[in-house]
Amino acid sequence: MNAPETQLASAPYDSAAEGYNFAYLDEQTKRMIRRSLLKAVAVPGYQVPFASREMPLPFGWGTGGIQVTAAIIGRSDTLKVIDQGSDETTNAVNIRRFFARTTGVATTRRTSEATIVQTRHRIPETPLTDKQILVYQVPMPEPLFRLEPRVAECKKLHALADYGLISVKLYEDIVHHGSIATTYDYPVIVNERYLSSPSPIPKFDNPKMHMNPALQLFGAGRERRIHAIPPYTKVRSLDFDDHPFEIQRWEHACALCGSKESFLDEMIVDDAGKRMFVCSDSDYCHDRREQQADQTGAIAEGESA
Amino acid sequence: MYVAVKGGERAIEASWRLLDKSRRGDTRLAELSVGQIREQLRLSVARVMTEGSVYDEDLAALAIKQAAGDLVEAIFLLRAYRTTLPRFGYTQPLDSETMVVERRISATFKDLPGGQLLGATYDYTQRLLDFKLMADAQANGDDSTNGQAAQQQRAALQETPEAMPRVVTLLNKEGLIEQETPLSGAPEPGDLTREPLSFPASRATRLQNLARGDEGFLLAMGYATQRGYANSHPFAGEIRFGSVTVEMELDELGEAVEIGEIDITECQMINQFAGSTEVPPTFTQGYGLAFGHSERKAMAMALVDRALRAEELGETLASPTQDIEFMLSHSDNVEASGFVQHLKLPHYVDFQAELELVRRLRAQHAAQVEQTSQPDTGHDQEEQAA
Repeated sequence: MNAPETQLASAPYDSAAEGYNFAYLDEQTKRMIRRSLLKAVAVPGYQVPFASREMPLPFGWGTGGIQVTAAIIGRSDTLKVIDQGSDETTNAVNIRRFFARTTGVATTRRTSEATIVQTRHRIPETPLTDKQILVYQVPMPEPLFRLEPRVAECKKLHALADYGLISVKLYEDIVHHGSIATTYDYPVIVNERYLSSPSPIPKFDNPKMHMNPALQLFGAGRERRIHAIPPYTKVRSLDFDDHPFEIQRWEHACALCGSKESFLDEMIVDDAGKRMFVCSDSDYCHDRREQQADQTGAIAEGESA
Repeated sequence: MYVAVKGGERAIEASWRLLDKSRRGDTRLAELSVGQIREQLRLSVARVMTEGSVYDEDLAALAIKQAAGDLVEAIFLLRAYRTTLPRFGYTQPLDSETMVVERRISATFKDLPGGQLLGATYDYTQRLLDFKLMADAQANGDDSTNGQAAQQQRAALQETPEAMPRVVTLLNKEGLIEQETPLSGAPEPGDLTREPLSFPASRATRLQNLARGDEGFLLAMGYATQRGYANSHPFAGEIRFGSVTVEMELDELGEAVEIGEIDITECQMINQFAGSTEVPPTFTQGYGLAFGHSERKAMAMALVDRALRAEELGETLASPTQDIEFMLSHSDNVEASGFVQHLKLPHYVDFQAELELVRRLRAQHAAQVEQTSQPDTGHDQEEQAA
């Protein structure tokens, strides 16, 4: 599917693992998941139950996203896997390796080269296109679970679009703290109907979901739910007229690439607690530094000429 | 700089090597074989088969070996393998009344048809560490003759298949106990491994969930029902362990044929029921079933099953042990272990978002405190002026 010609990383893994089907799952299971995906796309933001399987990775470690990816991936796809925005975190490495082993497809670290991006906790800074699919790993698909832990009860609330509970919760935040004290997994209304969890991305990323050209699929393996945001769908983060939705801002710029627009990770660099801020999106940061190096290189060349 | 999250790939490979090494332990000692685990750790094997929901002693033993004896990890390994297996169909219901019984006890009747059969049990051992077992295995005599003796014993049992009607069937003669008979027109039980769990859950679905449920969880919850966290007055009507034949209808033959034998433990708890306007006071049942010899699991399951029938029997719902959604959603140790341990994964993006919020709220708080202390003095001045 829309595989670009250049691939950054030719997988240093064995080709597809022997004894297992392409992408691990059997074809019947994939079909079952695809049916749920179609329903999820048809009813944006609605949580579709699916018969989630035990995967060879633990529940809570991305089994929902893995099953969704396994159901949609084809031989010509190029896969990127990120966790906390980075391709290099151990869990991202592990999942990328899993698909490299079980499918033999090309993997990449470049957002722009990927046809499928599986993510945990971030949306890439580089804007996605209508040729790409973003697969989210979701721990708790139910946005109301802290207010109403019973799934059966939540189903009724969604059916009636009765979202008073969450508005009261946000209102109470404002009364207690002066502002809404939800910083990640910030609830959204999809297509002006269903209250949905964006998965635990920072609210910084919420605006990227709105009218995104890419298809966004959410898989919750342990909770056995799939939901979706089709391309170019309205996604509104909950707020009030007098307390509009706001995203996080930093006083710092990225210490590596100097970006002032990206989500920054904080690191403690010495015993005195000295802090450093760098981009959470490792590919974005890397790209910017390469461009800067090219520019300075070009300038240097220009000067020497 | 910025090395904290790099090098994940090499770290993982190194971790695999270390794991292999630590699993093997001291190489001066002989390596455990899968066969040894299957034969000598048979209760571990039974638990892994039950909660892994695959009846295969060798695979369970392999999983235990690979997991270095961590049974929850072994259960996970077996489940992950199970996912990849094709389905040929469903067997006929097991008939545990025709079980070749190795152990059968009832706590409700002193004697009963078929008799009480103590069998192999830890129940009346005196729990003194047996230091003889610490001595080398060779001292235990010729293994092969022991094995033969066990086989002969088993064969002898099979030669005298005495009819062993279930205790609850005997009570039925007086109509004292509700009977577990399928309702006419009742739908086929669903398959929890093929359909997502949803609520309300039928008893068949609940029992499937409990059979795969974590023994520790069921034990604690079953125990809680005995201590007043549910309306439960249980008697161990019957616990039986032995082998039953598995039959399956084959399309080509058009009839059910025996495809093998499995060992199971079955428990039927007898509980009081006060009765209602429609039903006279009667005994009700809780049911437990597990692969292999798993008495604790089967008994705990039966207690929990009975507690979860509260709604159907019109009892007051007063405890989490009677809450179907609560119990079924948290019984599975593969799910629970995964989600608890996923906290080991990096969360620095979310934590960063929280850090930013807490810093901002603290700054606001400090500003507020300052503000409120100033108007106070202003207020005092006003009062003085008045």
